Amino acid sequence: MILRVLFFVTAVSGLNAAETLRVAAAANLVHAMTDLTAAFQDTHPDIKVETSFGASGSLVAQIKHGAPYDVFLSADLDYPQALIATEHAREDSLTIFAVGQLALWSSHAERDMRDLATTLRSPSIQKIAIANPATAPYGRAARQALMQLGLWTLLQPKLVIAENISQTAQFVDSGNADLGFVALSSLKSPPLAGRGAWQIVPASLHSPLVQGAVITKRGADNPAARKFMDFLRSDVARNVFARYGYDVPASRE
Amino acid sequence: MVETSATFLGLPTPLWQALGLTLRLAAITTVILGLIGLPLAHWLNTSRHRLAPFIETLVALPIVLPPTVIGFYLLVAFSPQHAPGSWWQAIAGTPLAFTFTGLVIASVFYSLPFAVQPFQAALRSVPIELLDAATSLGTSPRRVFWRVHVPLARHGVAAGLTLAFAHTLGEFGVVLMIGGSIPGVTKVASIALYDEVQKLNYPAAHAFAAVLLVLSFCLLLTVTFLQRRQR
Repeated sequence: MILRVLFFVTAVSGLNAAETLRVAAAANLVHAMTDLTAAFQDTHPDIKVETSFGASGSLVAQIKHGAPYDVFLSADLDYPQALIATEHAREDSLTIFAVGQLALWSSHAERDMRDLATTLRSPSIQKIAIANPATAPYGRAARQALMQLGLWTLLQPKLVIAENISQTAQFVDSGNADLGFVALSSLKSPPLAGRGAWQIVPASLHSPLVQGAVITKRGADNPAARKFMDFLRSDVARNVFARYGYDVPASRE
Repeated sequence: MVETSATFLGLPTPLWQALGLTLRLAAITTVILGLIGLPLAHWLNTSRHRLAPFIETLVALPIVLPPTVIGFYLLVAFSPQHAPGSWWQAIAGTPLAFTFTGLVIASVFYSLPFAVQPFQAALRSVPIELLDAATSLGTSPRRVFWRVHVPLARHGVAAGLTLAFAHTLGEFGVVLMIGGSIPGVTKVASIALYDEVQKLNYPAAHAFAAVLLVLSFCLLLTVTFLQRRQR
């Protein structure tokens, strides 16, 4: 019985396989992707876009194990290059679509955020959330910034590690962490815009969050994947990224 | 990016730390579940209160509820921005999320039915005449319960405790939501294993999964033996 139901469910979901594009996107894109998908479907109403989110490293692990994604949007360039190196992605498809920004955020609007180091050192701060540096590029950038500020060892007891950059924001938003290193894009998105106080972490404190996308080996046979990559380079997509606080690479057109 | 670390018995020391933490969490949770679960099971068995069926259902809920539901509600409850998280903050001075105490509270909820349901069956299996005999000797009901009833049901009670212990070892979804993966504090075995898989560190993941598999098998085997003796 259960097998029959499973068969039915998989058969139904596979009906429009040719029209479906499966996107694996880094968690920092969780808000921008809604607008990107809507804009993409304005010009490609026949393509159904299904997006999964996670830490870039988690998504890479899934793709290496045959997860059915056609396109991968990473929070860095290393992970797409790792997929190219193991032939899980096509080298000629590598596209830089945005440069992310890291921000330190507090859900308390009255918190003084003028100086990063002073804010971080404040004794009233009990928990500071960062994304897992082992799998999330934004978490890696947060670690680099804390090391540059000479606070990494000192703040160790206060750090809480989130699964990905979305969970980092959620730890702060729910009030369970006092501060968090989050993606600026989260703070530009409807649920969090205007909430609390934040300060951009200067790009000089961490290696740039250059975000790259690739078409996976599986996606090479899906024409929709190529259309989506072209769309990522379009002015429409660049405007969406800019609206969410990303730096966008100079137009190549 | 590569974190080098010492090994002990072929496993990296952080994994031993996670395993030790998990065993400590499971042990503390099991003791608490014994103390509150036994009286609760007895009350559910004997009460004719209108609310008893509802409380029995509430106790059973974690069996079917997605762990993320429990995790989400606990995260909201733990928040120092409102009660009851703010009460805890006022008393203890620290928030509950991302602490070992927070995990213990979560585990007690999460493993409650796995202790209480075997307890109920074990307590029910003791012939009522034996208990009546003890009561007729003038012993207080509380004394009869802890000194006669529970010892007579000891195999089933031990099975419930072992099951609660084993179930706490397997906790994952709840911890993922309220733990914060802090080594030595909230990074339990299942989370440590998840992290190793995410890092594509398969040798460590394999070693760890094997330890958890063997441990869980031994615990369940104990439950099986205990329950066969109960019959």
